[in-house]
Amino acid sequence: MTAPLQDASLADAHVRLDAWSVWFASTHALDAVSLVVPRGGVTALIGPSGCGKSTVLRSINRLDDGQAGLRVTGRILLDNVDIHDASIDPASLRRRIGMVFQRSNPFRRSILENVVYGPRLHGLATGDALAAVAERALRRAALWEEVKDRLGEPATSLSGGQQQRLCIARALANEPDVLLLDEPTSALDPGATQRIEELLYDLRTDVTIVIVTHNLQQAARVSDHTAFLLDGRLVEVDATRRLFTSPRDPRTEAYITGRFG
Amino acid sequence: MPRTARGGEQTTLQARRRRSAIMTSLVWCASAICLLPLVLITAHLLVGGARVLGPRFFTALPTPPGVSGGGIANGIAGTLLLLLVAAAIGLPIGLGAGLFLAERTRTRLAETVRFLADVLSGLPSIVIGIFVWELIVRPSGQFSALAGGVALGVLMIPLITRATEAMVQLVPNALREAALALGYSRARTSLTIVLRTALPGIVTASLLAVARVAGETAPLLFTAFGTPYWSLRLDAPIAALPLQIFNYATSPYDDWRAQAWGGALVLIVLVFALSWLARRVTESRRERLNATVAGGAAE
Ligand SMILES: Nc1ncnc2c1ncn2[C@@H]1O[C@H](COP(=O)(O)OP(=O)(O)O)[C@@H](O)[C@H]1O
Ligand SMILES: [Mg+2]
Repeated sequence: MTAPLQDASLADAHVRLDAWSVWFASTHALDAVSLVVPRGGVTALIGPSGCGKSTVLRSINRLDDGQAGLRVTGRILLDNVDIHDASIDPASLRRRIGMVFQRSNPFRRSILENVVYGPRLHGLATGDALAAVAERALRRAALWEEVKDRLGEPATSLSGGQQQRLCIARALANEPDVLLLDEPTSALDPGATQRIEELLYDLRTDVTIVIVTHNLQQAARVSDHTAFLLDGRLVEVDATRRLFTSPRDPRTEAYITGRFG
Repeated sequence: MPRTARGGEQTTLQARRRRSAIMTSLVWCASAICLLPLVLITAHLLVGGARVLGPRFFTALPTPPGVSGGGIANGIAGTLLLLLVAAAIGLPIGLGAGLFLAERTRTRLAETVRFLADVLSGLPSIVIGIFVWELIVRPSGQFSALAGGVALGVLMIPLITRATEAMVQLVPNALREAALALGYSRARTSLTIVLRTALPGIVTASLLAVARVAGETAPLLFTAFGTPYWSLRLDAPIAALPLQIFNYATSPYDDWRAQAWGGALVLIVLVFALSWLARRVTESRRERLNATVAGGAAE
């Protein structure tokens, strides 16, 4: 089975997976996935639970590196450079690629401290400039107005939706080119979900976004491109509107019409 | 065979009620018996030691038998110094080893270290005393506070190691991943995010470890050795509460035996204070964790 090739017109690849395979010990999590994430805009990854969506995301910033039993083949290119190249330092790779997880995971420190963790580590700013970096990140994450008077309070005093936006701000403070989000709203109520979707819409112009979602409506609402994975294989990838209205693969059609998963 | 289903049910219900009442009273008895020794010991110490307890007892040095007005000032100071030395040795080693075990869970080296820590914590404390005597006292030619502190420190190492490992493993993996995804190295993630999050639990465990070794006598017998004089030198024999209690209690003089009771009471109060402090740290941490959960659920 050959995965359908993406339009050559999408050739401005920001991230590109090239026959990327992943094994966790004996589990074959990803099987020769080839996928182009175009620069700018939002790419959604959909598919039933356990199909390898998170593994795709975690491969892009090498988060599973060093895990016992991990084996990979293929290549992942960021701006046409192999991210496993010896010249690439994982720390600086992860500065360029922000990540937000399913459950908000703020550090048990103040709101401000959370946001400046990254910039401080990478020496992006010091002293007063750090506060400015934090403000910019919080504004981009649409959280500034809600927290500007309580920056010293513990991050855990925020509501679940605010905590998740704080985690987005924390990732943005590193000024990444790519933002990976793994089911970022699956633990949130509809109101908080909508705020995050709006925020992604605003961010898409200057950050390339890859979002994993369980929620097909969400994929349809927020993404420009959608990739459908099944059992560790890429079944189909296309412009979101086309994938949802006229899927080429019968398995895609079965999934989006709710016949499995 | 049950005659009617209803009758059978009632019998079972009654039997169950009775059994439940018996079990409840048994459990009550067990709890009471568990508390009894502590109550009896404290009462006994109060009665036996009341005669000597007074300001002088805490400020004066020991006196020869028959001379009244002796105190345990040097023993209190000596125990505190020994605990300080012990913590200076046991804490960093235990912390480092515990962190290593938690972050390298399944490697062969970790398994070995874990096994050795368990063996070490099972060793009779007098064996550790002998070991330190061979290691420090014999080569240096004298008993010393340093040797005593090292012996207590070695006793603390496995306690702190295993507690640190347990606390670090409680740190949610999500926090580690958050730090890694920001570009933190594994080592830096452990030393900043993980350790900071686990710290209250580690502080509690360390206080309990200090409390646990504070009353150890055997490892001090031929290391710190004890002295009736005032000394805070690391390279000379030093007094310690458990040693003084041991000497006084086994002496034939009435006033010394009374002082042994008093000394034991002071030691118990010290251990009690450390345990209480440890609990306070744990409680404030639990409150904070609860706040976290409530905050997350409020959305
Ligand atoms: N760290 C891991 N260790 C072992 N198996 C894993 C690990 N991560 C994922 N897997 C396995 O890889 C497969 C894909 O998982 P994942 O990418 O998390 O799926 P999804 O995010 O689509 O639900 C699953 O079978 C999962 O059990
Ligand atoms: Mg997943």
